[in-house]
Amino acid sequence: MSFLFEKYYQIRLGLKRLPDLLRNSLLAAIMACLLAIVGFSQSWNLAFSLLNMCLISAIMALGVNIQWGYAGLFNAGIMGFAALGGLAAVLISVDPVKAAWAAGGQGLLFGFSIGVLTIYSVRFVWKRLSYSGSKRYSITILILVVGLATMRFFTDPATLAIEAVDAAKSGYLGGLGMPIMFSWIVGGLLAAGVAWVIGKISLGLRSDYLAIATLGISEIIIYFLKFEDWLTRGVKNVNGLPRPVPYEINLQNEAWFQQVTSTLDVSVVDASSLIVKACYTGIFLAVLLAVIWFSETALRAPWGRMMRAIRDNEIAATAMGKNVQKQHLQVFVLGSAVIGIAGAMLVTLDGQFTPTSYQPLRFTFLIWVMVIIGGSGNNWGAVLGGFVIWFFWIEAEPVGLWLITFLTSGMEPTNWLRLHLIQNAAHTRLITMGLVLLLTLRFAPRGLIPEAKR
Amino acid sequence: MSYLVSENMVAGYGGANILNSCSIEVDLGQIAVVVGPNGAGKSTAMKAIFGMLPLQRGNVKVLNESINDLPTFQRVKKGMAFVPQTDNIFSSLTVEENLEMGAFTNPRAMITIIEQVYSLFPALKEKRLQRAGELSGGQRQQVAVGRALMTEPKLLMLDEPTAGVSPIVMDELFERIIDVARTGIAILMVEQNAKQALSIADIGYVLVQGENRYTDSGKALLENTDVRKTFLGG
Amino acid sequence: MEGSLNSLALLVNYIFVPGFAYGSQLALGALGVTMIYAVLNFSNFSHGEIMSFGAMITILVTYWFQGLGISVHPLPTALIALPVGIGGAILLCLLLDRLVFSFYRQQRANSVTYLIVSIGVMFVIGGITRFIIGPDDRNFNDGERFVLKARTFKEMTGLSEGVAIKSSQAITVASAFIVVAAVFWFLSRTRTGKSMRAYSNNPDLALLSGIDPNRVVFLAWVITAGLAAIAGTLYGLDKSYKPLVFLHLVLPIFAAAIVGGVGSPLGAIVGGFVIAFSELFITFAYKKVAAYLLGDGVLGDGLLQLLSTDYKFAVSFIILVVVLLIKPTGIFSGKSI
Repeated sequence: MSFLFEKYYQIRLGLKRLPDLLRNSLLAAIMACLLAIVGFSQSWNLAFSLLNMCLISAIMALGVNIQWGYAGLFNAGIMGFAALGGLAAVLISVDPVKAAWAAGGQGLLFGFSIGVLTIYSVRFVWKRLSYSGSKRYSITILILVVGLATMRFFTDPATLAIEAVDAAKSGYLGGLGMPIMFSWIVGGLLAAGVAWVIGKISLGLRSDYLAIATLGISEIIIYFLKFEDWLTRGVKNVNGLPRPVPYEINLQNEAWFQQVTSTLDVSVVDASSLIVKACYTGIFLAVLLAVIWFSETALRAPWGRMMRAIRDNEIAATAMGKNVQKQHLQVFVLGSAVIGIAGAMLVTLDGQFTPTSYQPLRFTFLIWVMVIIGGSGNNWGAVLGGFVIWFFWIEAEPVGLWLITFLTSGMEPTNWLRLHLIQNAAHTRLITMGLVLLLTLRFAPRGLIPEAKR
Repeated sequence: MSYLVSENMVAGYGGANILNSCSIEVDLGQIAVVVGPNGAGKSTAMKAIFGMLPLQRGNVKVLNESINDLPTFQRVKKGMAFVPQTDNIFSSLTVEENLEMGAFTNPRAMITIIEQVYSLFPALKEKRLQRAGELSGGQRQQVAVGRALMTEPKLLMLDEPTAGVSPIVMDELFERIIDVARTGIAILMVEQNAKQALSIADIGYVLVQGENRYTDSGKALLENTDVRKTFLGG
Repeated sequence: MEGSLNSLALLVNYIFVPGFAYGSQLALGALGVTMIYAVLNFSNFSHGEIMSFGAMITILVTYWFQGLGISVHPLPTALIALPVGIGGAILLCLLLDRLVFSFYRQQRANSVTYLIVSIGVMFVIGGITRFIIGPDDRNFNDGERFVLKARTFKEMTGLSEGVAIKSSQAITVASAFIVVAAVFWFLSRTRTGKSMRAYSNNPDLALLSGIDPNRVVFLAWVITAGLAAIAGTLYGLDKSYKPLVFLHLVLPIFAAAIVGGVGSPLGAIVGGFVIAFSELFITFAYKKVAAYLLGDGVLGDGLLQLLSTDYKFAVSFIILVVVLLIKPTGIFSGKSI
């Protein structure tokens, strides 16, 4: 037994002494092997699907790492920013629905101008009456109630009219009909804009309040997307978004493609979907590299040094004359923009926008697990975390099922416990993720690829 | 053998040690005063004696029994009480509840000691149902000392009790401290107003860089020219 | 006269009765969150799942009792199963503290680390709960359905609008009242309760007063777990139990705690009711009320509601954000921002 321990410590020591680059390449190689195993044992189509989602997860994790790793900001509203990116994909790529614009466009715009007016008057009154106690509250609430009611007086009929236009197929205003890849930039900008407002509101708060505030705001965003049918079709979803890559069916009909597949002796259907996925992989990889390059450059620049100084000692940084809140706002907006881009990419990959699919567990907490396990403060760590965690999030289910089937194989096939366990095996991945997070925090708080000392 | 004996204490907050080899003793009925320049480790010594900071070496003994392994909250039962310099009251609790917390290990004190505390600090009785955080600075200090007295201590440790109080209040506080010592309690205090404090001290300790530099009766230290020149400003 | 009585009946039936029940549930939850915040100084995101866990044990024991034929009709069987649920939640919390949280206490970890840890705990407990009881909706209320039926009310008063009080609502409000009173009595009247407040206010001085920190932490978990199990069970009795709901319930609970002032027990109660009533007031359609008071269609055909019912849950977040904006310490100025 003691021999084994000795061996273990030798290996551990050896790993520690390994140069960073070698260790990182080793970890990357292991990840590649895992994907390859899926390719060989399950299917290459699945492996590429996994890879694409890994890439998107990695970009989201990078966005969070910019906020958490660089500046120590706990953003628990990742879901909201990702969804805004998704919204951008819809608003940019879908063709406008002219009939809907004609039916309710005017009423809607008029109603919204009243809404904007209300907000500004509330702000004005709130600031003007800062010393008049309860009068301040009552007048503000009065303006708010009257303003909201007036707004809804105009918007309600307008939205009803819009939603009535060919309800089964559209029932919303549609988008601008531009190429969908353009929406990635717009998604980033949209997320950045909203992040700016949220940051203004909540960045002065204690760090755990920031988490709660962003979590709450992201829920509000999702509610908005879910229930404002005139904008997003709500729970009816927007399907069939245009693609930046060829369609499988078109490929299959190309003569040259049929020829190539027949010479290689592979199925046309499989090959076409593989090619499509590989195209996505190429584009996503390019975006990922661009984001990494951008954030690594920023991190090495004086800007990055200042951010880390603020993170490590806010008081000292303030004393040196750094405007901490302004820097935090910058970093919050930047990180959220990256998340927005990834959100738009995700919807592009799916080809549909499904507001109900945005769950905090999947979009906020899972991304957090990626960043922490990868190694907060290290971009390569975030990327690796994105890959590893997404891989296990997907593969934990079949593996868990297999494990439970294996462990209970001694029982009668109709044993209630066995049936119960097999039926609920899906929930083991929640437990696994939680355990992985807790164990990492406890025993390796710096993650797989710790932040480099600079 | 004195009531409290601490020998050769070595301690710090990670990094360089603050206490290097510090020994402090005080017996029942005595007033011991620790003086020294800023950063000499006076407050650290108090914390180390009370177990709020782990000792790397050295010993703290009460009645010749080592209490090194006792956590802070159990040292209270050994008859030790400490009034920190700051944050020394429960601001959200009432004055009476503050005193009651002082009597936590010794609920009987709520019947016996509390009247003594109120007669020592009559202002507190008047405001006993008010939140301690709403009191004036001097009254808060009274609450702080009152809370410590409620534990029925044999040893009362005070960290700069006169910090930020007016000279009149300071004189009165010193009077009270002498009163307390006369009841047979050992007093150990850290003071910035070295001259005045040494004048009432039975033993004085001059700490420099976490080590004892001079140890003598208060009177002798006041008369020592070296001490006067270096630490008491002539 | 009858018009205004009818409109009053409408408001009572659709706002006051459900508001008191939901407010009580939120208040109990928020009290637990505030307790942990006050003593251990962190925002415990796993609180919702602790509620769920306690409720789950209660449900399983309820099923067992039902199988044995034990019942306290007209009250739901869950009430006599609840002590077991509370016990289970307490065991869970003590285990969690021993295995997870105590380590970070020794490390004196910052609040964000705690927060992330509690999210990990949330995952694990949520997974365990779903693993044991499954993700489905469960109705385990086997008691009498109503204390006051709408029809009875109409017959009694001769009004055209009825007021119905579900027995689960009555039980919720009554038990919340008893529990909250007990907690307040404990905190303000007993020596142990005062020592908890003292520890929360100034931990170092509490040590210097001879207060055992381990005991305070132990008690904080016991009380929190008890509150959580009760709140979870009452919510399940009132609305039906579904594990996924508790993930979403955490936010209104935190909203309630923050609105009232985190760390302030009184604030948690007030916050719970503020959140509950705002949700109902803002999303209620006043069309019928206006019709009774002013006559049909005077104010147009609209539903006369400020926000559509779809946004019911979002209201709590909106209030949360507004409170964080204008008074981050909450109504009763909690511990600190």
